[in-house]
Amino acid sequence: MIKIRVQGLYKIFGPHPRKAMDMLAQGKSKEEIMADTRHGVGVNNVSFNVQEGETVVVMGLSGSGKSTLVRCLNRLITPTAGSIFIDDQDILTMNERELRQVRQQKLGMVFQNFALFPHRTVLENAALGLEIQGMPLDNRLQQAREALSLVGLESWGDTYPRELSGGMQQRVGLARALALSPDILLMDEAFSALDPLIRRDMQDELIHLQQKMRKTIVFISHDLDEALKLGDRIILMKDGAIVQIGTPEQILTNPATEYVARFVQDVDITKVLTAESLMKRSEAVAYLRTDGPRAALRKMRKHSIAHLFVVDHNHQLVGIISADAAADLAAQGKDNLSDGVVCTDIKTVNPSTPAQDLFNIMADLPYPLAVADENNIFLGVIVRGTLVAALAERGGIV
Amino acid sequence: MINFRLPIGDALEAMIDFLVEHLAFFTKASADIIEVMLKALENTLLAMTAPGFIAVVVIGLWLGTKDRKLCLGSALGLALIWNMGLWTATISTIALVVVSTLCALIIGVPLGIISAISSALNRMVMPILDIMQTMPAFVYLIPAIPFFGLGKTAAIFSTVVFSMPPAIRFTCLGIRQIPAELVECSAAFGATRWQRLIKLDLPLAAPTIMAGINQTVMLALSMVVIASMIGAKGLGGEVWKAIQRLQMGRGFEAGIAIVIVAMILDRVLQKLGTPKQK
Repeated sequence: MIKIRVQGLYKIFGPHPRKAMDMLAQGKSKEEIMADTRHGVGVNNVSFNVQEGETVVVMGLSGSGKSTLVRCLNRLITPTAGSIFIDDQDILTMNERELRQVRQQKLGMVFQNFALFPHRTVLENAALGLEIQGMPLDNRLQQAREALSLVGLESWGDTYPRELSGGMQQRVGLARALALSPDILLMDEAFSALDPLIRRDMQDELIHLQQKMRKTIVFISHDLDEALKLGDRIILMKDGAIVQIGTPEQILTNPATEYVARFVQDVDITKVLTAESLMKRSEAVAYLRTDGPRAALRKMRKHSIAHLFVVDHNHQLVGIISADAAADLAAQGKDNLSDGVVCTDIKTVNPSTPAQDLFNIMADLPYPLAVADENNIFLGVIVRGTLVAALAERGGIV
Repeated sequence: MINFRLPIGDALEAMIDFLVEHLAFFTKASADIIEVMLKALENTLLAMTAPGFIAVVVIGLWLGTKDRKLCLGSALGLALIWNMGLWTATISTIALVVVSTLCALIIGVPLGIISAISSALNRMVMPILDIMQTMPAFVYLIPAIPFFGLGKTAAIFSTVVFSMPPAIRFTCLGIRQIPAELVECSAAFGATRWQRLIKLDLPLAAPTIMAGINQTVMLALSMVVIASMIGAKGLGGEVWKAIQRLQMGRGFEAGIAIVIVAMILDRVLQKLGTPKQK
């Protein structure tokens, strides 16, 4: 389901945006418009959708319009033209009261510099949104406490923000947004002010929370690693316009423009490519019930491999059989593979394992690595040679 | 150039005459209210007698600030005033300051809030404040007389006018200084302007507003002394009498009493203005 739909959005800064809009329509650049009219182009014809439960990272360098864009989504900045639908309600046509209601109930926002009220305790800060909604004191403190415990700060409610470290302050900021149980989280460079270690912790924590909550998240970042880590999809912006929208992998392996390519050239591709994208969806498996040793040997010969994964009729992984074992079974005249299947607890990885982890796992593995989902359904196989080749081909390592 | 003179003075005089004539009902009513307030306050304070008043002040200061030096200094200072035989005059001055400060704040703080919110009003108010603050204090005494006649009400009127600008200015400044991110945050969570004012603006601007209140009180004190020229009595009246009779010693005694009152007020307000550190 589409949660946020943005169509043809423009934001021009300055007293007479019409003129600048006309110039944009003539294909003039941001710089030309600035030089001619002293008007800034914040957002230039941006359209995209965000699905419910999806994390979209809007990425770009400073001045690319990403912060302006996210402020248009809750109308902290009023766009010049275009439309924004949240749950099919156009928020740009709303009056003040309707807008406040949407902000109170659907849109939680987390700010770069935390924006905690210094005169309020952590608990009172977390309860701010609920207080604005007009919730009675006891209820809102209760709900705020729950939100604080989500971010691991339940015992800090009575302290003041200035007594907390940056990372903890931003947890309060996150709790304040989560206390509203909003459908949508707008996170404006939420982790950019934190030092790298804390930032990584917060990213992990957000991923962890998101697995439980499935909120719709629009995350603003200038950090490509962060975008690749958090984003289901990434929107790359430059000069107020969208340059590319895609999954992290699409952006990396298939950059739409020279600009994107330069942007992503320094990325460590092993962090981004996953087992799923590297595995071979091999048909070379033996079926426990139907395949005999001779059939298994034939498949191995055909694919020039020395091991074969064995699956049952549900395609669940049972084990692995080597060519030697299969030959022995054949010599003994058996027509069933079950005696030769070894390592019934063979090492598998799930499809989302990042490539950098695969090297270690595969290092001491005498046979190829199986990729299976959480139900142990066999999906494919990764051979050491293909791993290195795939990464080399995409300009990652070596 | 020599024969033609811009009729600025005449125009202002005509305007004040007009106002006196048409605002009489208002000035009369407000004068009555102020007079009642002032009388009640003065009588209460006098009824406490000097030792009672000193005891109340010291106990209040101790409970409020826990500052031993401030308590001791205030006790000694007030005792000295009592000893100099200036008690009634001092109480009269304190009552004048309290009532004028209250009036100045009742008008000034809301005006400050509104001029922080409305840029248009802000542009109008600020130059007026500049003029009000640079105008010599004595000038405010003159229009007070046609409105209220000689006496304490006229003194309070000119004191309010003279001491109000810092209350407006500091309130406005305090609210405009709220970090943009916090303002954005309250908007993002759907706060109304009123909610923002109550939950964010006023609590965060409180130290700045307190600094403005401090200034207002100090200006009020200096003005009630000057207003003795139009019949404010009190400590200023003692000074004024001493000038007319060239009693140097008496004049200085009254001056010392004013300094003591000013110092106590200033220290107390400063203590209230600094946010408590935990």
